[in-house]
Amino acid sequence: MSDAYLPGLTVSEATIIRKVRRLPLKGDVLVERGMRVEPETVVARTFIPGRPHLVPVANLLNIEPAEVEEVMLKAVGDPVEEGEVIARYSAFFGLFRGQCQSPAAGTIEHISPVTGQVTIREPAVPVAVKAYISGVVTEILPREGVVVETPAALAQGIFGIGGEGCGRLRMAVKQPDEVLTARHIRDDDRGRILVGGALVTAEALRRAEEAGVTGLVCGGILDKDLHEYLGYEIGVAITGHEDIPLSLVVTEGFGKLPMAAKTFALFQKLEGQTASINGTTQIRAGVLRPEVVVSRPGIAAAETETVATGLEIGTRVRVIRTPWFGRLGVVSALPVQLQKIESEARVRVLEVTLDTGQRVTVPRANVEILAE
Amino acid sequence: MPEQPVNVILAVDCGSTTTKAILIEREADGEYRLQVRGEAPTTVEKPFEDVTMGVRNAVKEVEELSGRTLLDGQGIITPARDRRGTDLFLATSSAGGGLQMMVAGVVKTMTAESAQRAALGAGAIVMDTIAVDDGRLAYQKIERIRQLRPDMVLVAGGVDGGTVSHVVEIAEILSASDPRPRLGSGYNLPVIYCGNVDAQPQVAKLLQDKTDLRFLPNIRPVLEREELGQAREAIHNLFMEHVMAQAPGYRTLLEWTHAPIMPTPAAVGKIIQTVARENAVNIIGVDIGGATTDVFSMFNGVFNRTVSANLGMSYSVCNVLVETGTDNILRWLPFSIDPAELKNRIRNKMIRPTTIPHTLEDLLIEQAIVREALSLAFAHHKTLAVGLRGIQRQRTIGEAFQQTSGADTIIDMLELDMLVGSGGTLSHAPRRVQSAMMLMDAFQPEGVTRLAVDSIFMMPQLGVLADIHPRAATQVFEKDCLIHLGTVVAPRGRGRSGEKAITGRVRWAGGSADVAVPWGEIRLIPGQGPFQVELHPHQGADIGAGRGRTLHRELPGGVCGLFLDCRGRPLFLAEDDKTRVRQLLKWYEQVGMYPMLVGGRL
Repeated sequence: MSDAYLPGLTVSEATIIRKVRRLPLKGDVLVERGMRVEPETVVARTFIPGRPHLVPVANLLNIEPAEVEEVMLKAVGDPVEEGEVIARYSAFFGLFRGQCQSPAAGTIEHISPVTGQVTIREPAVPVAVKAYISGVVTEILPREGVVVETPAALAQGIFGIGGEGCGRLRMAVKQPDEVLTARHIRDDDRGRILVGGALVTAEALRRAEEAGVTGLVCGGILDKDLHEYLGYEIGVAITGHEDIPLSLVVTEGFGKLPMAAKTFALFQKLEGQTASINGTTQIRAGVLRPEVVVSRPGIAAAETETVATGLEIGTRVRVIRTPWFGRLGVVSALPVQLQKIESEARVRVLEVTLDTGQRVTVPRANVEILAE
Repeated sequence: MPEQPVNVILAVDCGSTTTKAILIEREADGEYRLQVRGEAPTTVEKPFEDVTMGVRNAVKEVEELSGRTLLDGQGIITPARDRRGTDLFLATSSAGGGLQMMVAGVVKTMTAESAQRAALGAGAIVMDTIAVDDGRLAYQKIERIRQLRPDMVLVAGGVDGGTVSHVVEIAEILSASDPRPRLGSGYNLPVIYCGNVDAQPQVAKLLQDKTDLRFLPNIRPVLEREELGQAREAIHNLFMEHVMAQAPGYRTLLEWTHAPIMPTPAAVGKIIQTVARENAVNIIGVDIGGATTDVFSMFNGVFNRTVSANLGMSYSVCNVLVETGTDNILRWLPFSIDPAELKNRIRNKMIRPTTIPHTLEDLLIEQAIVREALSLAFAHHKTLAVGLRGIQRQRTIGEAFQQTSGADTIIDMLELDMLVGSGGTLSHAPRRVQSAMMLMDAFQPEGVTRLAVDSIFMMPQLGVLADIHPRAATQVFEKDCLIHLGTVVAPRGRGRSGEKAITGRVRWAGGSADVAVPWGEIRLIPGQGPFQVELHPHQGADIGAGRGRTLHRELPGGVCGLFLDCRGRPLFLAEDDKTRVRQLLKWYEQVGMYPMLVGGRL
């Protein structure tokens, strides 16, 4: 591959964030263009069709499906209460009789003369979409949602769990290589987003949950801690729907990995401000990376040009595979010819001068460019 | 399709991780040959979110290597003039999650299974199969359908003229759950109905207003017959109309191509079928990608494809770990590694999927995972590659005693003639013998089987080309696509370790050797062959000529040669660590798999 490397994740003090807030189904948009919204502002609302119940009336009354319509006490479109009798059957002067009750409150949606089943639909469930970030509504997507925009600081993570939330940022550790443990979490951290260093332990996650913390950001996590906290192993890299009360954003990867200095410094600068956090990650089919967004209205910001231009001598990179996994350095040579590496594969490589001064040769596919 | 003669063909495959482009040209002797290939990361990911960028990057590499200009500001230059442009531009795609379908039928092992085969054969990932008798209650099925957001739904059920109530019940469940498409909320979910024709009016009443409903002839008009062709074609068309049209950048890519974009697995299936038919062989093909593993088989003219949607080597690599367990991965490693460290490494591969093994240790780990992913995918394939169920057939006395249903898998490893591997980890393994061993360990072929790999991962492009220009596709496939690794002769069964398994004589041009391979060992006779073999199996084993019968045959070799694999079937790895490591190192040494692994030390 000529450009065999991953683009780095964005870590920016000032960029333009544009969030499309869309309903799962068409509905009503509740805000107008130009309006200022906060993370908790409901911007659009709709109703999702309620849960349907199929009642096998013909089976229950021991009659033919074609006879169901005759024994129904309710017609399509009629409302019913839970436990209300919807069909009654009587034959031979009442010798054979029976009745069917509705399993839930709702409306009769369908009576089938073919299968003898009756569909009862529960009332529609309201669904609201919030703004998620502080900003201004710049576009209305008729009946679907809005676009909210703001100048903001943005730190993207590599992996996360848990959905959207917002809260004030607090630095829970002093150094990017410090491990975030349960003792760093205070009782007054309810509703906050805590920033850790190299690692967050399972115990710290449980303590954070107990204290009502909204979110955690840290450099790395051990697979066993994640497994222990969730109670199961994540198979496919699609997250965000875990049944947990907090969100976690991991900025560097699995293992004890100090948070990149730039990211850590940014959080230090933003401490005390309200941030939005989303742990949703999808590394397949339209990639989503987890993120922390801090709206900064009034700050001069330009769209971040995250399209990496390429590797050059002097480009700052991180090695993302063994044997130098997680090490930072600067590109010091870009040989053109394919080279044989230890695994005997012939690949394009580059030479990196690690921060320790050591010069190493690494496949180009195994580094990522650090956004400076 | 251009009208002038086709001299230059450019074809791309947009995979979930990498976009691959190949350039084919007609040479002076009139034969079509592969010239160069290029690849670049697929760009569905932010900030690009435009598949054409990855295509441009891959084509740019082709331009650099071939000296032919193929791109301009508008896209691909057509037709070809001198060293500029191409006559034909074709594409396949599995990016953006591929084609994700839900299928439904009345009886799980009959019409629902036919629906599943139709969808899989068309290149889809089947997210779930709903059937009247699938063991779930109606509300559970409804909840499931509401959770899933498939690209389309295929409904089968009943034979023509049969009872309609069961298939209408399926339609009622579907109607009640009000399914939504995965991409976009602005259109109705496409639903293909190909069940009992008599139920069409009732199905229309239930689904017409809520979905984009299409009717097709029944895929099981009678129990004894399965007709999947039209359903597969309809799925392809809907894939183009809906799924591709919603994916970022595909509208532009569609304008560039001379033929509809084909789902990658459908294209691979096409080339596998063509090869099996033309050479009259039983064949298994496997494509292990970043997200999914596809297995294709053609046995006695019956084609089957399965996709294991969550078994892959990058995005889904952790799912291989979850499904098989750490121990099963560790058992292939001749060294010890902390399982926690192994899991962290595998997870890091998941979140940064385009990295490659740098160290030998990492390579061994990756190849261990490949074996497990392949064998899980193959086990899945065998459950679906079965004869039609529900039909009357006479059972033999043997079957009656074995209590078989008569609808067991049609995959008989002793009948397998050829095993073809594709996908980065098989095609790009540093040594070809590593690919051969991964295939043998995962599939465990019996008797005589040829092994091959897709040299540079171009079966998808040749599959789509087979539809448009079969001659070019066949010529490139034969000359440039497959790398024949060799032939494996493996006795069915297992004997006592160290005792004679195969003895005999192997002759080839300019040489010969007496062979005696004991149980528990493997031998490799290097060379392209052909090898004249006279091999006697011991202890009543079968090496393809019948139990205990001598095999007299001419066998082709390959870049590796002739393998005599007497490790036993099923392959057995000792539970005791020391013995297992010794066993692995012996095998690795016997075939020269990792020569840099000296005495088990990295």
